[in-house]
Amino acid sequence: MPQPLQIDLVDHGVELIRRASTVLPPDVKAALERARAAEAAGSASQQALATILENVAMAEADASPVCQDTGTLIFYVDHPFGYSTAQMMEQLNRATVIASEKAYLRPNAVDSVTGKNSGNNLGLGFPQYHIHEWNKEEIRIRLLLKGGGSENVCAQYSLPDDRIKAGRTLDGVRKAVLDAVCTAQGQGCSPGVIGVCIGGDRGAGYVAAKEQLFRHVDDVNPDPALAGLERQLLAQLNELGIGPMGFGGTTTVFGVKIGALHRLPACFFVSVAYLCWAARRAVMTIANGEVRYDA
Amino acid sequence: MRKLTLPLSEADVRSLHVGDPILLSGVMLTGRDTAHTYFLEQLLKEPLPESEADVAAAVKPILRGGAIYHCGPVVKKVDGGHVFVAAGPTTSIREEPYEADVIKHFGLRVVIGKGGMGKKTLAACGEFGAVYLHAIGGAATLIAKTVKKVEGVYKLDFGVPEALWRIRVVDFPGVVTMDSHGQSIHEKVEADSRKALQHLLKV
Repeated sequence: MPQPLQIDLVDHGVELIRRASTVLPPDVKAALERARAAEAAGSASQQALATILENVAMAEADASPVCQDTGTLIFYVDHPFGYSTAQMMEQLNRATVIASEKAYLRPNAVDSVTGKNSGNNLGLGFPQYHIHEWNKEEIRIRLLLKGGGSENVCAQYSLPDDRIKAGRTLDGVRKAVLDAVCTAQGQGCSPGVIGVCIGGDRGAGYVAAKEQLFRHVDDVNPDPALAGLERQLLAQLNELGIGPMGFGGTTTVFGVKIGALHRLPACFFVSVAYLCWAARRAVMTIANGEVRYDA
Repeated sequence: MRKLTLPLSEADVRSLHVGDPILLSGVMLTGRDTAHTYFLEQLLKEPLPESEADVAAAVKPILRGGAIYHCGPVVKKVDGGHVFVAAGPTTSIREEPYEADVIKHFGLRVVIGKGGMGKKTLAACGEFGAVYLHAIGGAATLIAKTVKKVEGVYKLDFGVPEALWRIRVVDFPGVVTMDSHGQSIHEKVEADSRKALQHLLKV
């Protein structure tokens, strides 16, 4: 028999959702401050970032959503041996319903066949769970709120892609990411963070690309080859000049995070997950009966 | 910053140019994906379906010289009504197939959203005298504070995000990114970034 959870996740789940929806992580706020300082004084782009930062402060003070599109709830859960994952999902579902009633979340789950909104963010594949056992003693629950505008501009490439002259190399990956961000223009609510997965199948590729979005803006990839590509892409994507909201300017993205999965000999996918400036993520760790929240 | 109050005249709109920041006040209507399909399939039809006569009569005076806001808000129920908690713009390009007809039919002067729209809408802005006002994507709490009153809602059965909310705003902030003189910041930024991309693909 799986062991019951030491802590009821419902109230803590609501708190995790409140934090994710209403408080931007400090590293994201700092990146937006830097972006504002970098844009031309008095430009529409600088004004856009000033408005964004003002909004972020208001949302935090009022415990109201940073963005009205509170997105898809994507939970990544890691837990020690022996827990009931069904119980975890049931409790986090209840937390989701309460957070919707408290207006931390917009009702966002729409029946794809009938068009009816469920009204409480529960539905088929809603919320989304990725649950894994790990060999630590603590439970870690990470939540990403992924809005629809940025989701619509995510892109997946199958290399080689002759249209952009991208072969099956890291340079081909570079070209695919450049093309994806250029195609997105301001539609994904730039400046954004770009999560990338090289390899995997199509489904696993996107899941892994989105998991990259939990990395902090200023961290460095432990793989030197990927770290180099991240640095190069961060500079080159900003040379596109799309800027905040697509108004033109110096900051189009403020982070590029790349991971990799093994692939089939026949396949070479590059999955590009675009996250808007409202990079809403929150982490909860449960150890020794105590709960800790992080960004 | 220029302040404007709805409804707008054609002269008001013709005096606006891309890059102009404005603060808009008055009564406007939210409408996004389902609303635009509904307009095209129901309200723009001749004869008007009888079941929709009430909604048509209610929204026409708001939209004449008025503004439609591409927005799916977070709404809180309060005693005797609703309050907008978070109400930033949604991506407008999805309404590109419909917006020109909506501008023409209702006599819209302002389309508000984010990300800009395409050639068909730009042409309609020129022909009928309208502008695209870019609100700041994600600035949801800040914009919700400019919504002083939720005056009503039509088609709530579309769901909260998709319903037509009749709202009174004061100093709603935005930047004109498509004007009635054929200019679009979005076209220019896209052309310039495509050029930069071609260079970077060759590096």
